[in-house]
Amino acid sequence: MNETAFRAEVAGWLARELKGEFACLRHRGGPGDEEAFPTLRKAWERKMAEGGWVGAAWPQEHGGRGLPLELQLAFHEEYVRAGGPGRMGHIGETLLAPTLIELGTPEQQRRFLPGIRAGREFWCQGYSEPGAGSDLAAITTRCWQDGDVWRVQGQKVWTSLAHESDWIFVIARSTPGSVGREGLTFLLMPLDQPGIEIQPIRQMTGEAEFNAVFFDGASTDAGCIIGKPGEGWRVAMALLGFERGASTLGQQMHFVHEMQVVVDAAIATGAAFDPTLRERIADAWIGLRALRHNALRMLAGNSGSVRPESLMYKYAWSNWHRDLGQLAMDVLGTAGDVRSEDDAVRRLQQVFFFSRADTIYAGTNEIQLNIIAERALAMPR
Amino acid sequence: MQNALLLSEEQLALQDTAAAFLAEFANARKPRDEDARLWRRIAELGWPAVQVPENLGGLDMGAVELALLMEEMGRRLIRSPYFASVVLAQTALLHAGGAVAQERFLPELASGEVTATLILAPGLVWAPDAIRIECRRHGDGWVMSGEAPQVLDDGSAAMAFVAARTEDGFGLFHVSANAPGVERSPLDVWDLTRPQCAWRLRNVRLDPGARVDAPGKLEVGLARTVSLAALQLAAEQVGGAAACLDMTLAYTKERVQFGRPVASFQAVKHRCAEMMVRLETARSAVRGVAASVDCQEDAQALACEVAVARVLASDAYRYCAQEAVQLHGGVGFTWEYDPQLHFKRAQWGSQWLGTASVWRERVATQLLDLA
Repeated sequence: MNETAFRAEVAGWLARELKGEFACLRHRGGPGDEEAFPTLRKAWERKMAEGGWVGAAWPQEHGGRGLPLELQLAFHEEYVRAGGPGRMGHIGETLLAPTLIELGTPEQQRRFLPGIRAGREFWCQGYSEPGAGSDLAAITTRCWQDGDVWRVQGQKVWTSLAHESDWIFVIARSTPGSVGREGLTFLLMPLDQPGIEIQPIRQMTGEAEFNAVFFDGASTDAGCIIGKPGEGWRVAMALLGFERGASTLGQQMHFVHEMQVVVDAAIATGAAFDPTLRERIADAWIGLRALRHNALRMLAGNSGSVRPESLMYKYAWSNWHRDLGQLAMDVLGTAGDVRSEDDAVRRLQQVFFFSRADTIYAGTNEIQLNIIAERALAMPR
Repeated sequence: MQNALLLSEEQLALQDTAAAFLAEFANARKPRDEDARLWRRIAELGWPAVQVPENLGGLDMGAVELALLMEEMGRRLIRSPYFASVVLAQTALLHAGGAVAQERFLPELASGEVTATLILAPGLVWAPDAIRIECRRHGDGWVMSGEAPQVLDDGSAAMAFVAARTEDGFGLFHVSANAPGVERSPLDVWDLTRPQCAWRLRNVRLDPGARVDAPGKLEVGLARTVSLAALQLAAEQVGGAAACLDMTLAYTKERVQFGRPVASFQAVKHRCAEMMVRLETARSAVRGVAASVDCQEDAQALACEVAVARVLASDAYRYCAQEAVQLHGGVGFTWEYDPQLHFKRAQWGSQWLGTASVWRERVATQLLDLA
């Protein structure tokens, strides 16, 4: 399909649908603003699904449109241009679904993809634990087979949007006494059950977008294991490959809007006349364009297993975003001290605070540099 | 749909050929008197013809192919008239030159039989106020006087295309290097891979056909030339930065201290990883911008896109060269090892065709003043 026609299709659909009850969602939601209208944003997910926009990047045989990377990028750009809200279903759509398509059984694909595709079932990610952050393989949450079901005992942490989700994917230790990457199993579990308790964690911004999730003999049926028991690390890493790759493209396209908000604020506050800030604003714009060039070059043909240079993709965008957050506050000056209901000021404050998480989750900066050095540059351990 | 950031089979083949050829004939450590032989080989490969239209003896390729060659030449620190003659002089003729001048000069420049250079305001920027060379009408022709204290010319350029002040504005003129009144003297430069000469012009008589700019195209054509040349310089800088990372990896994997390769220390790993991030981001920018410039007509939009490649590549090269010196330890400070060559060239490249600050300000103007 021709890109111009595709962009017109996306823009036309958004102009028709993102109004009325959904008008208040423009440029709202997403990391740093997840508490904005969660129920309405779920309704918006169903609307997106009706339009055929959820899972559009998936292969056609799984209900997607098989969009190539350039059209995915075009979709996200038009979406942000129209003010499309931060997505509630991205963890299912862009992390779990590609993993299911790559490693799940046909039965698992038939069972779980339609709910994600329809914007009806929402997912969260059960990876980190209090004792297993950067050293993810140190997890101690246990799982075992108990008749027809698998049970899980332990605790996960930093679980984004667990309180808004229906399902969680969990990596847990199935072989007693195993250490490291061996003996782990990847499970899909319903959250609404007596053996699971979700506790919000209040973050730097005062809001609670992530949670601690406690498992006390929680169960899921035996068909909900991806890969074989004991092969969970491989599945978890495949998913992490998506998290550090093309899946976050949509999120980064919101950066284009944030950049424009910074520029507008600089013109409004007079920061545009400060030589140092001018230079930093130019640098931010240059970096933003470079992220787009990076995405087109590094993520093309990416299905989780990627070329060496794409290992730096996550490091590049997260650091750019963090620097934009600092720039945004410097542009605001003392006005940045005060909580504001002004859309622009609130957005910039959110970027300042929440971008501090970007360089920590999905592999910290330090872990990313280790990965680049050891895998892309083959430096010895 | 073709992703513009991915290279075609033909482009990959060109890159491989260039890499293999230059690995064998790299001349940065060889005596200057062998430079002419390398240039003849480069001409035989057709590289001076890549961006020239077919009807003028060229290969009619685009900015992407030229950038691939520049990247490989940067990697090997090639000392040749390529940048001056192809990237500067040819580009100026292509975008500011009239049809007659293009037909007269481009075929011989494309063949590599002769080479040329370009003289603009100092530092190779298009800044009319800073142009000091003057050209007055004299009979049917012209007479030119002035000085260009630093010209990208290894002493072999047969001609220069000179932007000069006229009685009623500015013009671009062809000046033969052996014309009476032209005095050329080599400069004692730090970066020995990038020779320079001073050109002094004392009442140089020019024939009526010496003015080469097409009516109305001078300003926009030379501004475009500077943008396109800055992009190609960025490509060369990416190649240089890649060489810095490669040699640093090779050295740190081999160098043993405390009983282990120093490449196994996290402090070293993180610095090399940071080099890769900056290098590959700059490479993405150069590839992406090169794929779009040939159809970008608007001068200001072109300058902003080129700024992305120029700023990132210039900064990446300086960063990688500086890190190569540091991570080589003591030998990184010696004449014998190559980091010093890149360290000097990275500094050189950061100052010509507009510094990174100049390009950032172009972006800032577009974002903040013209909005």
